[in-house]
Amino acid sequence: MHHVVLERWSRRASGLHARDARVKLAATLVVLLLIGTTVPSHPLAFAAEFVLLMAALLVSRLPIAGALMRAGAVLPFSAIFALVSWLAGDPAKAAALVIRGYMSALAVLLLVSTTPLPDLLRALSWFHVPRLIILITQFLYRYLFVLSEQAQHMRLAAASRAGGRRAGSGLASRFRAAAGALSVLFARSYARADGIHRAMIARGFSGEFPASALNPVRLMDFLFLGLTISAAVLIRTAA
Amino acid sequence: MSRVIEVENLRYRYEDGTQALDGVDFRLEAGECVALLGANGSGKTTFALHLNGLLSGEGRVTVCGLPVDKEHLKEIRRKVGVVFQDSDEQLFMPTVMEDVVFGPLNLGVGLQEAESRARGALEKVGMLTAARKAPYHLSAGEKRRVAIAGVLAVEPEVLVLDEPTTFLDPPGQTDLFRLLSELPQAKLLITHDTVFARALATRAVFFEKGRVAAEGTVDQVLDRFDWNPRFH
Repeated sequence: MHHVVLERWSRRASGLHARDARVKLAATLVVLLLIGTTVPSHPLAFAAEFVLLMAALLVSRLPIAGALMRAGAVLPFSAIFALVSWLAGDPAKAAALVIRGYMSALAVLLLVSTTPLPDLLRALSWFHVPRLIILITQFLYRYLFVLSEQAQHMRLAAASRAGGRRAGSGLASRFRAAAGALSVLFARSYARADGIHRAMIARGFSGEFPASALNPVRLMDFLFLGLTISAAVLIRTAA
Repeated sequence: MSRVIEVENLRYRYEDGTQALDGVDFRLEAGECVALLGANGSGKTTFALHLNGLLSGEGRVTVCGLPVDKEHLKEIRRKVGVVFQDSDEQLFMPTVMEDVVFGPLNLGVGLQEAESRARGALEKVGMLTAARKAPYHLSAGEKRRVAIAGVLAVEPEVLVLDEPTTFLDPPGQTDLFRLLSELPQAKLLITHDTVFARALATRAVFFEKGRVAAEGTVDQVLDRFDWNPRFH
């Protein structure tokens, strides 16, 4: 079974990986706020923010090209809004939209690829993010792998019955096959959800998840947060 | 020998009208291992789900002298640990350790005590080194072991195992056999695996159309219903 790259990255070791999840979450929010409020007329501020993100990327010891490429996944979405601004005669705003979108994605990517999901969820809980959202995220992430595995098995089964050719000859036939597979996957997901709920009740679940403990924040974590805030203030005041 | 489970005239009908259980009588003594055999759809799993109150039918079910009703559900779920057929449904927490402490914490055990129990249970099943791992990184055999640890951490008096050898390769089945042989709890094995049932169970109960059709030693029951697979 293939696991997502970010999951593997998040289990590595580096100066950034070692920082407390709450501190990294707070630092990411500071950087997102900085990026989101940088005005299009200050390209040097964008450059400084990019340098800040690159410094964090270097400290994280993640593959630089891979991380930069993955952050680009957000570009098709921000490009649509940028195009609207461009057509409205505001190319500076269009460029800022693309840059902001890309750098925000890079900041979030740095957070999720240096923090294992359980730690990140605990940090979100510490910041009083609604429990329901955390639970949904947790279950979605946990069972995404299981569903993806089921989908892969179904795809293999379909391919094995197609005798080396694509199942069905026309587009309509392929569409029907895909729709059928999707409905089976949905039905299985539903049955699995039922099974999970039953397994939870069997172990005494009564609607409330037990809280888990967090490690204390260390001096290095405070220093990291202080450094991030100082850099953000410096960029903002210098721009 | 004290009786840990006693069932009298249990009946259960699903919403679609299927009569899954039609007057089941059953008993399980402390330390005993009983194999629950029978065809698919004969009511074995439905029956097991009544033992810790996941389903509730007509009739009488008592666990360690306590009736399985709303008033005693918490205590019943501490006494009866169910290991489900699909471990992926049982391991829903982000890490192995969090999953194993889930049961004790739900039953009101403090975090330190729950973690201590979880470490003990994981050590017992040989999975302590995987405590920080995510469940989806484990093999089928490892998942099964962690699922059993999650149930053992609650310190149950009865273990109900639904098709425990499913997805396990022969070495995995051997490991599971050794593990279960060493556990002192009373065990109810719902299985189609006749080799495994023969090796582990001291008694067998055969279900047919929601009723107990026969009981005796595993060999007696298998022979009576010609339940031994033949490949030639």
